[in-house]
Amino acid sequence: MKNNILIIGGGPAGLEASAQLQRMGYNVILIEKDSVLGGHLAKWDRLFPDGVPADEVLSGLIHGTEGVKLFTETEIRAINRLEKSYNVRLTNGITVLSDAVLIASGFDLFNAVKKEEYGYGIYDRVITNADLEAYFKNGSDKRIDHPKRIGFVHCVGSRDEKSGCRSCSKVCCATAVKQAIEVKESFPDAEVFCFYMDLRLFGRHYEDLYLKAQKEYGVRFIRGRVAEVSENIDGSLVIKAEDTVASKPLKATMDLLVLMSGMRPSVSGKAVGDLLEMTVEEDGYFAVRSGIAAGQRSPLPGLFLAGAATGPKTLPETLADARAAAVEIDRYLTEIFPDARNYKQLVRERW
Amino acid sequence: MVDFGFGLVPSSRMNLDLFDKEKYEELAEIEPDVRICMACGSCTAVCTAGKYTRTSLREAIEDIKNAKPEKALEMLRACQLCGKCSMVCPRGINTRHLILSITKVYSAK
Ligand SMILES: Cc1cc2nc3c(=O)[nH]c(=O)nc-3n(C[C@H](O)[C@H](O)[C@H](O)COP(=O)(O)OP(=O)(O)OC[C@H]3O[C@@H](n4cnc5c(N)ncnc54)[C@H](O)[C@@H]3O)c2cc1C
Ligand code: SF4
Ligand code: SF4
Ligand code: SF4
Repeated sequence: MKNNILIIGGGPAGLEASAQLQRMGYNVILIEKDSVLGGHLAKWDRLFPDGVPADEVLSGLIHGTEGVKLFTETEIRAINRLEKSYNVRLTNGITVLSDAVLIASGFDLFNAVKKEEYGYGIYDRVITNADLEAYFKNGSDKRIDHPKRIGFVHCVGSRDEKSGCRSCSKVCCATAVKQAIEVKESFPDAEVFCFYMDLRLFGRHYEDLYLKAQKEYGVRFIRGRVAEVSENIDGSLVIKAEDTVASKPLKATMDLLVLMSGMRPSVSGKAVGDLLEMTVEEDGYFAVRSGIAAGQRSPLPGLFLAGAATGPKTLPETLADARAAAVEIDRYLTEIFPDARNYKQLVRERW
Repeated sequence: MVDFGFGLVPSSRMNLDLFDKEKYEELAEIEPDVRICMACGSCTAVCTAGKYTRTSLREAIEDIKNAKPEKALEMLRACQLCGKCSMVCPRGINTRHLILSITKVYSAK
């Protein structure tokens, strides 16, 4: 018998882990609650740092999952631990006996409506990073009408005790710089501003992106958190911040304001975690087994974690995490089920 | 007096060697939140007094840490304790309380 592995979440982490485990010869079952695969990647247009089309990356990931048993619009109904495996009932009526489970439930985008002082959902020309990606993908949004001044607001729903999130979402500085360049390309006459507290451009090529935004696109970076936004009668927006480098309060009128909504733990992921009584940390993301080297193992036996389910990650980090989870799962199954007739075992016997 | 053609002005450089650690610890004792400001400037951005006077809690906190307590007091002199800054502080600091404590600790000779 081959081992069954259930993977929860068909975003980049779930897709990559499925592909790897399938290639190792396991029986992989992937469930996704939405009707399409790809998670958040399916919503993005071009990716930082190099502007690669998200569609391209996604079709590559989906292509790799050939042979995986895939159920979309499917979630977990019940799950309980047997001696060595998990007995899982799915919402499509199927029951799976799974020897390892990987939770790749990802993140939810912070709901910007909750940050009322920025006026998302109240003022017409306040949009989010996700809205701007959708605009680039579909080419229309009635809120975006030849803006002459565009402001990007960093840290929306992140690094903010008042919106219940102390941590940094990691990806939104790079997203802001990327999108600032892209709007400049779409509207070359526009003045573009980024309001930030710290620019966290840690990854390879990210600093180059920042340099490009300054040098080639003239994006202005102002060090100060946007404190509040109000609307003029003509629909333009007045923002208030402090330019903390100049040590002066500042106001500026914008035609379009783009909020960098951060990452929050996935609500549907949490529901699965609750069924298993999994521990979450103070930041709301799943806890990994203690120790800095235990990145993809949960505190429960046979239960693994990958991707943004354990905190904000970029796409390359997510994919690396998924591959690491595949290796951890393989190691675990080889130990617990030494006699299982997986691909590796068959190869060994043939030699 | 001989006129040398120039006057002496106090140095505008910050000298961290002059930082009064004891006094700062005295403040931090009653107001631990003074340590957690992340210098975002939200308080200064919305300050009702800041439009016409140089009023800035962010700068005041900075000034204290940079051994310029008189400047800090100056930065808060026009504060009306309206509390608007406490509504926006992303670190959830009780800013009014902090302002009162700074004034209390650093005004005392
Ligand atoms: C605005 C923004 C822009 C970004 N742009 C870039 C970029 O340009 N470059 C880059 O490197 N990174 C970027 N990222 C980061 C990237 O989106 C993430 O790294 C990636 O999406 C994480 O993948 P994931 O699979 O862990 O989670 P997700 O993409 O969130 O996928 C999780 C999947 O699991 C499903 N799911 C959740 N719970 C359940 C359940 N109970 N049952 C079944 N299915 C479930 C969800 O429906 C979803 O499909 C960006 C992030 C943001 C917020
Ligand atoms: S990545 Fe940048 S914008 Fe996002 S939370 Fe961190 S500091 Fe703020
Ligand atoms: S409490 Fe003082 S510092 Fe704060 S906003 Fe009001 S006047 Fe400004
Ligand atoms: S709003 Fe709070 S964290 Fe920001 S500068 Fe003022 S006191 Fe510091």
